[in-house]
Amino acid sequence: MMIFRVIFQTVFLAIGQIWANKVRAMLTTLGIIIGVAAVISVVAATDGLQKFVLKEFASVGASKVWIFPRMPEGQRDRFSWRQLRIQLKEVNGMLDRCPSLERLTPILEMATSVQYADVTKPTVSVQAVRPAWHQIEDRAIVQGRPLSTIDEDQRLQVCIINDKAIGEFQLPGECVGTRISVGGRLFTIVGVVETKTVSPMFGGDEARTEVYIPFQTGLMLRPEPRMYIVAQTKSPELYEDAKAEIEFFMRRMRNLKPDDPNTFGVEAIEQIIAQFKKLAAGLSVFLAGIVAISLLVGGIGIMNIMLVSVSERTREIGLRKAVGAKPSVVLLQFLVEAVTLCLIGGAVGLVIGVGIVAGLKLIPKSPLEEAGIPMWSIALSVGFSAATGLIFGMFPAIKAARLDPIVALRHE
Amino acid sequence: MTIRIRKLEKVYRVGAERVHALRGIDLDIAKNEFVAIMGASGSGKSTLMNVLGCLDRPTAGVYELAGKPTHRMNATQLAQVRNQEIGFVFQSFELLNRQTALDNVTLPLIYSSSRWWGVRKRAKQTLERVGLGDRVHHRPMQLSGGQRQRVAIARALVNSPSILLADEPTGNLDSKTSEEIIALFKQLHDEGQTIVIVTHEEDIAGHAKRIVRLRDGRILSDSPTHEDAMHQDYLRRAAVAAVSVAKRELGENAMAGTVAEVKP
Repeated sequence: MMIFRVIFQTVFLAIGQIWANKVRAMLTTLGIIIGVAAVISVVAATDGLQKFVLKEFASVGASKVWIFPRMPEGQRDRFSWRQLRIQLKEVNGMLDRCPSLERLTPILEMATSVQYADVTKPTVSVQAVRPAWHQIEDRAIVQGRPLSTIDEDQRLQVCIINDKAIGEFQLPGECVGTRISVGGRLFTIVGVVETKTVSPMFGGDEARTEVYIPFQTGLMLRPEPRMYIVAQTKSPELYEDAKAEIEFFMRRMRNLKPDDPNTFGVEAIEQIIAQFKKLAAGLSVFLAGIVAISLLVGGIGIMNIMLVSVSERTREIGLRKAVGAKPSVVLLQFLVEAVTLCLIGGAVGLVIGVGIVAGLKLIPKSPLEEAGIPMWSIALSVGFSAATGLIFGMFPAIKAARLDPIVALRHE
Repeated sequence: MTIRIRKLEKVYRVGAERVHALRGIDLDIAKNEFVAIMGASGSGKSTLMNVLGCLDRPTAGVYELAGKPTHRMNATQLAQVRNQEIGFVFQSFELLNRQTALDNVTLPLIYSSSRWWGVRKRAKQTLERVGLGDRVHHRPMQLSGGQRQRVAIARALVNSPSILLADEPTGNLDSKTSEEIIALFKQLHDEGQTIVIVTHEEDIAGHAKRIVRLRDGRILSDSPTHEDAMHQDYLRRAAVAAVSVAKRELGENAMAGTVAEVKP
């Protein structure tokens, strides 16, 4: 019971003491203030960045797996790029052999000239895709219809364009049925899809004209195609299964021996996200290091000022002992004072940190717009402030507790 | 006996030298005594004061305070004895300047485990007892020297100690204020408080009922004060006179038993 009373009284005494020496207290706790403000703002910034990056990933699309040719490291003399190309039999056999995959499309990418009336563009991105592309990419059809299996099977010279193309080629508003020249052949526009902006993080830039043609039609244009595969897993968390199945299938198709390296690459968006999250976790550890250092510096300041306080108030300590304060109570009193000082510093740091975060969020178009201050970072910094007070207040408190009352009362 | 001291010795080590500050003190102080301890500097009176106040432990000997063997206690137990049994009054008051008179008087109560409720009321009553009921919320800097010493006395009294121990309580006061403080001590003594004053001023000591003089760590003399002796002498004479009147009036043997009682 007495302990609570002493703590209660000491907190008020300590606050009074701190208020009486405002400047000194502020300078003393500067280390703690800066440390806590740094933690709060950097954690919030990391949080905002993470939210931003994850949003960007989501814009690319979850559940996607890419399969593409890749030269194994240091094996340039063994394989030629030609050998590494994705083969049609690989494309056609994959879905049957990989049960985790929902659907896939090969993508044959070419840059060729596109012309309509007076407008000619020399290098337009033309992609030959299968109808499954629509489900994988999930883009809205603005006009007309999507590519169909009939287009595919009959190798029709039809195409889909994005809405950006209408402006760039000055096509009529209702452009379905219009014919454009792609690589010297006339293609009939059957549909318009919305333009999806991919973030610069993934090589996207200003939205440009995009033309999509049936895959088989594309093969007619490029008899020796260079292509990659985009597949969709049945659910996002299946990416590791899908990768294993694809690897197994591809290695068998390519007759690779057990110690041969992969001659293809398989990447899943989830995997990249997982890597990014690992990176963020690493950043947190780094942050913890910064916190530890700043609190160490702050703690030394606290210890210093508490030692000054003990020696300034030696007579007071002597008097308190004379009227019956036990050594343990004196110890407690100085510990409470140090912890109070640190907590006040922590609170000031918290306010400053919150202010910095609010300021960061005001910067227009910054990736930190969604930065939030997680509860754990507040708990962490407040907890660490208290712990700093406790640890670095211990030595001065022990010094005070051990003072001989007679010596203390004679102190000038 | 409130205080029982037997063969008390205190040896200090100053470097390689051993200094005998107390060389065998025997002293008994009963309840409601008013004792002054006197002596020149170096006589050991400060050391005796520290031991009496349980601020210091004797090297050898017995010191029982209110029946408790303090010479066998550790620092924590001594702190408790200081809190419960001893009220200190210092020459330089030793008040906490940042706190009000009431807070200063409350201080010993904060450190006592038994007193929980009505602490401030009790402190206020004690301030009223020393005549400072109207200065409760003043800080020491707003009070005169005499008032500050009254606050200190109230602080010493608040836990109803067995002894009130005052070390040169008027050393920092002018003579008029000193008299007021001494009057307060006398009043407290009349109310039943046991008081021990350490002083080097004869006229202050003269107000006590008994003076213990120290020299070189030993008790030089222990006797009733002049005033007290005269008072007792007067009482004795009055009694003897009364007895002789009674004898004359009532006959030689009427007061046989009573006369013996009057003799010192």
